[in-house]
Amino acid sequence: MGLFNFFKKEKKKDTASLAKERLQILIAHEHTDKSKKSPDYLPKLQAEILEVIRKYVHVDEKDVNVNVEKGDDFDVLELNITLPEDK
Amino acid sequence: MSKVIVVTSGKGGVGKTTSSAAFAAGLAAKGHKTAVIDFDVGLRNLDLIMGVERRVVYDFVNVINGEATLKQALIKDKRVDNLYILPASQTRDKDALNKEGVESVINELKADDFDYIVCDSPAGIERGAFMALYFADEAIIVTNPEVSSVRDSDRILGILQSRSKAAEDGGSVKEHLLITRYSPNRVEGGDMLSMDDIVEILSIPLIGVIPESGAVLQASNSGNPVILDTESTAGQAYTDVVARFLGEDVPLRFTEAVIEKKGFFKKLFG
Repeated sequence: MGLFNFFKKEKKKDTASLAKERLQILIAHEHTDKSKKSPDYLPKLQAEILEVIRKYVHVDEKDVNVNVEKGDDFDVLELNITLPEDK
Repeated sequence: MSKVIVVTSGKGGVGKTTSSAAFAAGLAAKGHKTAVIDFDVGLRNLDLIMGVERRVVYDFVNVINGEATLKQALIKDKRVDNLYILPASQTRDKDALNKEGVESVINELKADDFDYIVCDSPAGIERGAFMALYFADEAIIVTNPEVSSVRDSDRILGILQSRSKAAEDGGSVKEHLLITRYSPNRVEGGDMLSMDDIVEILSIPLIGVIPESGAVLQASNSGNPVILDTESTAGQAYTDVVARFLGEDVPLRFTEAVIEKKGFFKKLFG
């Protein structure tokens, strides 16, 4: 490395690590998008669960919440049902 | 047992055809009966890279449509024994390839005792690229140390893992990462993604690294697979790739930065 390069170096350095960072973020993002999209059955699942619950308790559509969360080794199907308060 | 290997990348211009030609020639040179098929219908180039462009009479689509037999369409290489090239058609009909047709050609090659069937994929994720990877047992993902290429490789890996026949049947395609146009000096300088970076991002096993080399352009200029240029670093790196594919344990070469030897003054002012 020459004397002049020595001064030039710092500023120019590591566009490669910048590239790596950008790629990691982008690809992670693209992968989550896919996992968000994948369960097309969610709305139908929600409707059917609502139907079953309504056999026993009256709940509103907005009281049933179905969600899929992507973990490292597994996906979690999260089910949130708000039951009406006892009168 | 024949094996179908797709050479793919998503992005264009990263070296799929160069790699297909080199890889197929390398397998054949090791004594394996090998066919290399150009799936880039409408924009064929494998014939040119292999230097057989003047010997093309019938093509892949002719065989699928029953206008020629596979035997008539296969071009036997004159340099390497056991090597056969099936050129793509120049038709502009995008639907020229279909699963049934491609499968029948692959099955006929298998029945004809071909050990390896190398499918040279077109760029993109359209029909041709899909057909090239659909029947694959193994895949070589050609990637340049460059952001758009790495991203596209990730895309094509996703397609391999979800839409290939192996995936549909509940199995998987064995994946290999092949990094091409690698400049260790630029990596050292911090201006190029390193092979470790790329392996980390794509997380598939590395089968080889081909250094940036003038020999590649010379080889395509003259219509010779670069692997036959045994003097060149690129040719030697491809030879290593073939050896690793066949199960040999070969260390990586040409991946370390080369320090230029400079005189005192150059060191000071260079």
